[in-house]
Amino acid sequence: MDLTRFRQETEVIRHSSRTRLGKVALTLLIAALLTIFLLFITLPVVSLFLRISPEAFFRSLSEPVILDALSLSLTTATVSTVIVVVFGTPLALVNARYNYRGRNIVDTLTDLPIVLPPAVAGIALLMAFGRRGVVGQYLDLFGIHIAFTTVAVVLAQVFVASPFYVRQAKASFEAVDRLYEDAARTLGASPLTVAFRITIPLAWGGLISGAILSFARALGEFGATIMFAGNYQGRTQTMPLAIYTTMQGDLDAAISLAIILVMISFVVIAAVKIVTRRKF
Amino acid sequence: MKRSNQATLVAVSLLVIAALLVAGCVTNGETPEETTLTVFTAASLTGAFTDIGKAYEAENENVKVDFVFDGSQTLRTQIEQGANPDIFVSASIKHMKALQDAGFMDNDTVTPFLGNSLALVVPIDNPAGITDLADLAKPGVKIVIGTKDVPFGDYTRQMLDKMAADPKYGEAYKNAFMANVISEETAVSNVMPKLILGEADAAIVYKSDVSKEDRDELIRIDIPPEYNVMATYPLGILAASPHKAEAESFIAFVRGPVGSAILTDYGFDPLPAGD
Repeated sequence: MDLTRFRQETEVIRHSSRTRLGKVALTLLIAALLTIFLLFITLPVVSLFLRISPEAFFRSLSEPVILDALSLSLTTATVSTVIVVVFGTPLALVNARYNYRGRNIVDTLTDLPIVLPPAVAGIALLMAFGRRGVVGQYLDLFGIHIAFTTVAVVLAQVFVASPFYVRQAKASFEAVDRLYEDAARTLGASPLTVAFRITIPLAWGGLISGAILSFARALGEFGATIMFAGNYQGRTQTMPLAIYTTMQGDLDAAISLAIILVMISFVVIAAVKIVTRRKF
Repeated sequence: MKRSNQATLVAVSLLVIAALLVAGCVTNGETPEETTLTVFTAASLTGAFTDIGKAYEAENENVKVDFVFDGSQTLRTQIEQGANPDIFVSASIKHMKALQDAGFMDNDTVTPFLGNSLALVVPIDNPAGITDLADLAKPGVKIVIGTKDVPFGDYTRQMLDKMAADPKYGEAYKNAFMANVISEETAVSNVMPKLILGEADAAIVYKSDVSKEDRDELIRIDIPPEYNVMATYPLGILAASPHKAEAESFIAFVRGPVGSAILTDYGFDPLPAGD
């Protein structure tokens, strides 16, 4: 033990100048990588703002295609976030607190949409809920059509955005000290009371930031939506679809929509930062 | 131990950067005697031009033809934003004209070469029982058309305007038709799967869009000439193309007997050369 340490120390002395050089090189390398990376991320975003005059931006804000897309996007993303929270919270709570057989499988399945390419989600949803789909053919008998409607937009968003909330919610529930729950229980609180009075309030910050992330993902959804819900202004043409469509005829409108989405993204990041900094 | 880790990290990072630089400098290994022609082609020509490309490559072993099929307006946008094909084949004069005016095309080479027209297409089992244009205004029929910018969507709107001007159909028909539209697609190639999957009851596309393989899955219903819109397809060589001779040879092939036969077979009307 002592011997190895002695050897190391002599090595330090022998190579100290080389090490210092290495440290400088490493610092420079990291600085260069960092700068290139930051430029790579910021330059395209900044370019959006440089390619359009403020007048053209405000002018295109009054175009029906943009207003329709904006209101459709905000409505559907809000509805899908509510659905994700209602269905996702119990699931996250159960998986954070109870160890049952198959829990890992449930965890894997709820994470699946994160790694699944949106185009796969789109065709999968179509095969399930399309007019001739596995479920859709029976719904069709009752005159219920899902594919190519606003409902399809919401389903596509719920599908791709749910893991962002469920993961975050589960992590926040796991971080809640069980001591408080046990204390409440020994004082006679029912499991539901414990959940609503102790666990959820303590995990509040994480739940909110999870919901915001899920909302942001829903707002940006493109691939699954265009395949499963189609592209129709005012009905299924959300902001990303409107960007894709208007880019082929009205570049100003496409850039304006992109700028609106960039601004929303900044607000989302800021909101998550503020919410997660506040400790409950 | 820590120091050797740092050294390894530096070494690996430098290697990665060096590799990236080298990769950036080496151009894709194109042998001098083989030329690759990139042809941006309107999506409605997907089947026909794939066949023509194969026939051309069989006759010209030193030329490889790469196609990019998409809506003409998408391809136009890509060219405007820096894509460098050798040939652009558009489904409308409008998008070709825009590129010519902006100086992207070698204007002497741009010619109309093909005619096409619209058709009403329904799935083989025809779930909505559609037999003519009038049926498309019935409530609940699910129709797919093109966006206003893609040529076949533009022509569809022209058709609807002609019908709206005719008292037999009127403005009410156009409104009822548009209310039945479930999706506006940016390329013809996105329409057919929706019909074949049975998600849509009807679509307005080109008469050439029902390929031979599709004939047992789709039914084509002709649109009366008084409402139909005749589409003219132009093609031309890009001003910046480094392969002008090969591009001219390919265009001559498209307009020659083999190309014309394939195009006619797909339902297009090749225009005689020299227009």
